[in-house]
This record gives sequence, structure tokens and C-alpha cells, in this order.
Amino acid sequence: MSVAPIGHRIGRWLVSGPPLLYLVVFFAAPTLIMVLASFRTPGEFGGLAPLIDESGKLDLNVEAYTRFLTEPIYFEIFLKSVWYALVTTLICLLLAYPLAVLIAKSPKKYRDLLLLLVILPFWSNFLIRIYAWMIILGPNAALARAVNSVLGWWGAEPVPLLFSSFAVLVCLVYVHLPFMVLPLYANLEKHDQALLDAAQDLGANAWHRFWRITFPLSLPGVYAGAALVFIPALGIFAIPDILGGPNDSLIGNLIKQQFLETRDWPFGSVLSIVLTLAALALAGFAAWVGRRNGGFGGPERA
Amino acid sequence: MRKRSLGLWMTALAAYAFLYVPLIIVVVYSFNNSRLNAEWVGFTFDWYRQLAEDENMLTAAGNSLLIGISASLVSTVLGTMAGVAMYRYRQRLLPVLVLAPIAIPEILMGVSLLIFFVLLNLTLGLVSVALAHIAFCIGFVAIVVRARLAGMDEALTEAARDCGASPLQAFRYITLPLIMPGVIAGALMAFTLSIDDFVITFFTAGAGTVTLPLQIYSMIKIAVTPEVNAVSTLLMLLTLMLIVIASKLSPNLLRSD
Repeated sequence: MSVAPIGHRIGRWLVSGPPLLYLVVFFAAPTLIMVLASFRTPGEFGGLAPLIDESGKLDLNVEAYTRFLTEPIYFEIFLKSVWYALVTTLICLLLAYPLAVLIAKSPKKYRDLLLLLVILPFWSNFLIRIYAWMIILGPNAALARAVNSVLGWWGAEPVPLLFSSFAVLVCLVYVHLPFMVLPLYANLEKHDQALLDAAQDLGANAWHRFWRITFPLSLPGVYAGAALVFIPALGIFAIPDILGGPNDSLIGNLIKQQFLETRDWPFGSVLSIVLTLAALALAGFAAWVGRRNGGFGGPERA
Repeated sequence: MRKRSLGLWMTALAAYAFLYVPLIIVVVYSFNNSRLNAEWVGFTFDWYRQLAEDENMLTAAGNSLLIGISASLVSTVLGTMAGVAMYRYRQRLLPVLVLAPIAIPEILMGVSLLIFFVLLNLTLGLVSVALAHIAFCIGFVAIVVRARLAGMDEALTEAARDCGASPLQAFRYITLPLIMPGVIAGALMAFTLSIDDFVITFFTAGAGTVTLPLQIYSMIKIAVTPEVNAVSTLLMLLTLMLIVIASKLSPNLLRSD
């Protein structure tokens, strides 16, 4: 490989060079600059203080990190975001599993269509999908009136559906559901029906066949879907911003606030880095567990 | 067996209803003759008429179109190159840089580009938004193009080279025509992603520039109005058309892998 002809090497650089350069300048460099910014001092009027201070010393510190770890309010918001993302992932799994099973079991000619129907809403604008829930959960809409008339019957106070944690969670699930269905389907589709038939012949009932065969084999798909839902759900800010109440601020909202209102860039950078590391760590963990379980009697060994 | 299928079908039906009812409500109420999106009153085109006269909305649509076209053109060229490079040559850094913007939380890319542009003294506006959109679209184009190349017979390119074609000629007359459906599908996808993007645009647009998603955001932050339903309906129609065309050109586009 190292003795490739010179023309081949030039051609290779001509093809890979421009996209590489673009992504280094507009993705890698900004990310590194943000990591550096997290160690800098906030500027007097927002943004960043000079990197070299008046005395000519390099002004780098860990104050923004200390702030995140010592002021409990920020860590609480972070934990709340992790909690919302986990609940979203779990509900998505419960809704997506039967759907994925059904698509995988339906006749081949319908599968593509059924799958397309799951993906299409994902291609409609993100804000439109949030807006739709504003309408459905609105105080004058049929749903809120029905819920509150039932509550009224029981003698309970009417509850607002919109601007609540409920609204935030419903919309989080709604927006992320396709990400769970796709990897689950891709996994379930490959399962060998003979395994289930054999289990049935040996007297396993439907419940046993599911828990002992289908579910363990589908774990790689479950973990992949969980990662695909958890990562974007953790960083979301538009949904709590539009549908949430005052107590539904998540880490994404905090980041938005640091950059656009408070203009404390170092602290905003710390929050963004914490968010990304947490998301990637959980996704990496899921991938690791998925691989380990996938190796245990997974489809490739069966 | 029958009974279990019935339960499964009911669950699936509920899941599909959950996915589609909200969007259908948005569309239906865009024709509703009432300011409140609460119950059906009567049919009207008024909200579409109002949309056509809304200066802010038209400016936003124009900006979105301009950014979408320029971002998809540039990212299609760069993404095609990246797809070819990733398929033909062993690359270490490129796949990481191409896929990372897709894998990390969007907000990270938004704020890091905000810091970057401000430190560079680049005025936030149409240019900064387009530059940001190109960065995240390259990956999607590269994936589609790479998939197309994988389904193509490389012997054809080698044959052209054996017959004396230069690498550039072999690419121009053999490879490119064969991967063209993938390239066009990638371009349409990039355009759709650009038109629809909210998070990264939100951080890189600055105060004076508005795109369609930003305009929708500021409108729904204030109140629910059927004008938003109307613009949403049109936007969904546009996206649907583009995605159907793209998936016809590249059948694997809508698959999970």
C-alpha cells in the first residue's frame, strides 16, 4: 500500500482533499475552539476575555467546570435531562417493538411500504411536529376538554395539558419514535423462523418463545435504537422551550441561554461538552453491551 | 396465532395513528375558517391568501431557498468526492469527520460554529448559515453516493482505464453517469435537510436573518395561528415530493442501514 504509484496518490488527495479540508475548517476546528473556550474566562460584555491577559499570561482556567460541579442547580438540570431522555427511550422501545415485529412478519411486498410510513413523518419539519402537539394539547382542543370533564366528574381541579412535562414527554417520544423502529426492524427481519418453530415443537408457549428467543436475539437492535433515540433526546431544547412549563428547562435550554441571553461562552461550552460526552458515553456503552450480547448465540453463530 | 396477530395489528394501527394524526390535524386546520385551532368551523383558503401577503414569511422563504440551493450544490460536490474517496481509498480521518456531524448532538455543532464565526469576525447571516449547512449535509450525500458505488461494477471503470482513458475521463464518462441517481438523491436530501434545519440555523443565523423554520419558531412562540398551519402544509408537501423523488432514484435511501 505504501508503494502506491505517485499518480494514484495524487488522485487520492485530489478526491479526498477538498471534503477533508472543508470538514477540518468547519467542523473539527470549531469543535476544538469550543473545547478551548471552555477553559477561558468570560468577557466583560459577553463572549470571551482575551486569551492573553494584560500581564502577558495565558488565561486558562477550570472555573466554568468548577461552577458546573459545585452549583447544584446545574447538575440537577443535567440529571433531569438524562431522566427525560431515558424515559423517552423506554417509551419509544415499548411502542416501537410491536410495530417492528409486525413489519418484519408482514408479507415481503408490504414491508417497504409499512417501513416508509414510519419514516415519512420524520422528514416533515421538526417544528411542525412540535406545533402539531401545541394544537392537540391546547386548552380549547377536544382532548383537554375531555380530560378535564372526566377530572371534573371526579371533583378534581382541571389540569392544563400544554406547557407541562407531559407535553414535553409526548412530543419527545413522537419525534424520536422512527429512530427506534428502524434498527429494531433491521434486526428482527433477520431472525430465523426455524428457531421459533423448533421451540414450539419442544413445547414452548408464545410468551416463552418471545422472552427466551426473539427478545435476546433482538438486543443489538434494541441497543442501537436506544442510542439513536437517547443522543438527540438528551440535547433537545426546542420541545421544552415551546411545549414545556417553567420547570421543564433541560440542558439544551441552559446551553441556549448561555449563548444567546447570558452570553457566558465558557460556561455554555462546558455544558455542551458535558452533554456530548454523556450522550456518546451512553451510546458507546449501548454499542459495547450490544456487541457482547450479539456474540452470545446471535444470528451469526446460530 | 390469529388472536395474537389481531393484537399486533391493533398496536400497529395505534402506532401509525400516533405518527399521522398530529400531521393530519395541522393540514386540516390550515383550511379551517377559524382563528382557533380547536374545532372545525368551515372551509376557507384565507390562511393561504394571508400567507402570500406576509412580507416576513416571503423573505424567510426566499432566504431558505437561497441557502438550500447553495448548500445543497456545494455539499453535493464535496459529499460525492468524500463518498468516492471513502469507497475507493483506505481513509482514516475522512470517515470520522464525515460521520461525526451526524452522530453528535446537533446543538454542539450549532454553538461551536457560533463561537467560530464570531471569533472570525464573520457577520452572522445567510453566508454563515449556508457554510454550517454544508458541513452537516456532506455526510448524508457521502453515505448515499458510497452506497451507490458499492452497487456498481468497478470493472467498468477499470476497463475504461485499460482502454486509455485518463482517471478524470474514466470518472466523467463512466463512473459519474452510473452513480448519477445516487448523486441527485443526495442533492435532494441535502436540500431537504437544509430547508428543514432549525437547531444549527438558530445559532448561526444571527439576529437579522430569518429562514422558514426560524419564522415558524418565532410565530408559535407567540401564539397558535392557522397561518402557521398553511405554511407547514406547503412545507410538508415540498419535502414529501423531494423525498419521494429521491427514494425513487436511490431505493436504499429510506433504509436504516
